[in-house]
Amino acid sequence: MIQVEGLTRYYGSTAAIQDVSFNVRKGEILGFLGPNSAGKTTTMRILTGYLPPSSGKARVAGYDVTADSMEVRRRIGYLPETVPLYPEMSVRAYLQYMAALRGVGKAAQATERAIEACGLGDRRDMLIGRLSKGYKQRVGLAQALVHDPQVLILDEPTVGLDPRQIIEVRNLIKGLGGDHTIILSTHILPEASQVCERVMIINKGRIIAEDTPERLTTRLRGGSQFFVQVAHPANGAKKKLRGIAGVVGVTEKEHGCYEVDAAENADPRPRIAELVVGEGWGLLELRPVSMSLEEIFLTLTTDEQAAVSEGD
Amino acid sequence: MRNTWLIARRELASYFTSPVAYAVTAVFLVIAGYFFGMILYYSRQATLSYLFYNVTTFLLVIGPALTMRLLAEERKSGTIELLLTSPVRDGEVVVGKFIAALVLWALMLVLTLVYPLLLRLYGNPDPGPILTGYLGLLLAGGAALSLGVLASALTSNQIIAALIGFGLTMLLWVTDAVQGVVSGPVGSFFAYLSMASHFDAFPSGVIDTKDVVFFLSVIVAALFVATRILEARRWKS
Repeated sequence: MIQVEGLTRYYGSTAAIQDVSFNVRKGEILGFLGPNSAGKTTTMRILTGYLPPSSGKARVAGYDVTADSMEVRRRIGYLPETVPLYPEMSVRAYLQYMAALRGVGKAAQATERAIEACGLGDRRDMLIGRLSKGYKQRVGLAQALVHDPQVLILDEPTVGLDPRQIIEVRNLIKGLGGDHTIILSTHILPEASQVCERVMIINKGRIIAEDTPERLTTRLRGGSQFFVQVAHPANGAKKKLRGIAGVVGVTEKEHGCYEVDAAENADPRPRIAELVVGEGWGLLELRPVSMSLEEIFLTLTTDEQAAVSEGD
Repeated sequence: MRNTWLIARRELASYFTSPVAYAVTAVFLVIAGYFFGMILYYSRQATLSYLFYNVTTFLLVIGPALTMRLLAEERKSGTIELLLTSPVRDGEVVVGKFIAALVLWALMLVLTLVYPLLLRLYGNPDPGPILTGYLGLLLAGGAALSLGVLASALTSNQIIAALIGFGLTMLLWVTDAVQGVVSGPVGSFFAYLSMASHFDAFPSGVIDTKDVVFFLSVIVAALFVATRILEARRWKS
């Protein structure tokens, strides 16, 4: 649904993002995790057609974001980091206006649907300027949804909400996956792991890791990862590797190649070697996968409590 | 076209939900009424020509007041990001905003129709110059508003937008003074650019195509530049 290749964007001589490439499948929820000013917003702005890339290519639903910007915009719902609202309009009028601008034929119906989906039923006739921050955020989300786009791009959708609202918004987003392809950015680790099926860590404009939330969390929490290659793996080799004490996950990369995730402060390398030699698989390689995630981890917000107080 | 209309309609509604439209209209009517009364008292003529000339000077303030918000606020509040990531062309945004301001200006002019009605009640005014005068005000107003839209595209600060709009309109109003300093084609070029000299004929009942073309050109040029500014902003930051 989304293909990004070698995307680079310079502001003056500094690169906001450099050589960013990734794909998002239809219906998938992808999280951009990274500290502030890591390049998350820039990437999103390029995908939505607000900014052109300095180089590289991005396609959304098969359309190039620069050459076919209008086609892309029709298919994208976008919630920027500062929720863009007209305070003097009512919720309903605002959503109808956005729906009409995106070319929705039955704007009134689409508006009702978005109001229901975002739990704005009892606020529909209020002026946006009078709403609480949580409700404003929902109106922002409703705006992104109102034309039922194939792709949703949400920049820090839970920033500034209270804990209950955060949970509501996350559930709402989770519920949208499947029908919609979603990219959301966050600097809160638990948020990424709760909502996203796949997470990309961006730092200083580059993608430095991409994995499922569970595996990333282990890696981030100081667990380490090892690469193992054997010559003649037997059936069930993966299972046996998984059975080693201190190993929390094994992924088979290709035939005979495994990535072994170790628990925090555990070094299962001697036991891996023992097992491989004992089974006669023929050890070809055993090395730690080099990662510099710890550094990034320190700049992320890792517990919910901190995330909440930050929003206040 | 449809998008332009949508944007214009929203903008017009927003003029009336905020106090802007009421404040500008009220001030305009008070001053225009004062001038109408004074001119009538001193001249004892059933004509609006003098009033029309005076109203053009109000445009220096009314133009920026009506337009300073249009794009500057969208930029400040971030809603510009919403507009520019919707399937809407930059030009449609600019023209939509301009139309909203022009409609409001036309409504303000409609309210001043009381004056010719009063003249009609107590005297026998010539309707020709009144009609052409109003056309002149609509055109000159359009030019002032388009310059205001251009100024509003430049910045996210409304005060700065208003000042730039005022400066542009003022300068374009008085460029004919250059003719006294520089003679030859350069002088005549600046004389041609003067809005004041192109307005002069309207209140005396003359519609010169050259004048109409001039004001329309100012509007088109200003809106074109405003659109390019919007695009340039997008490429830069």
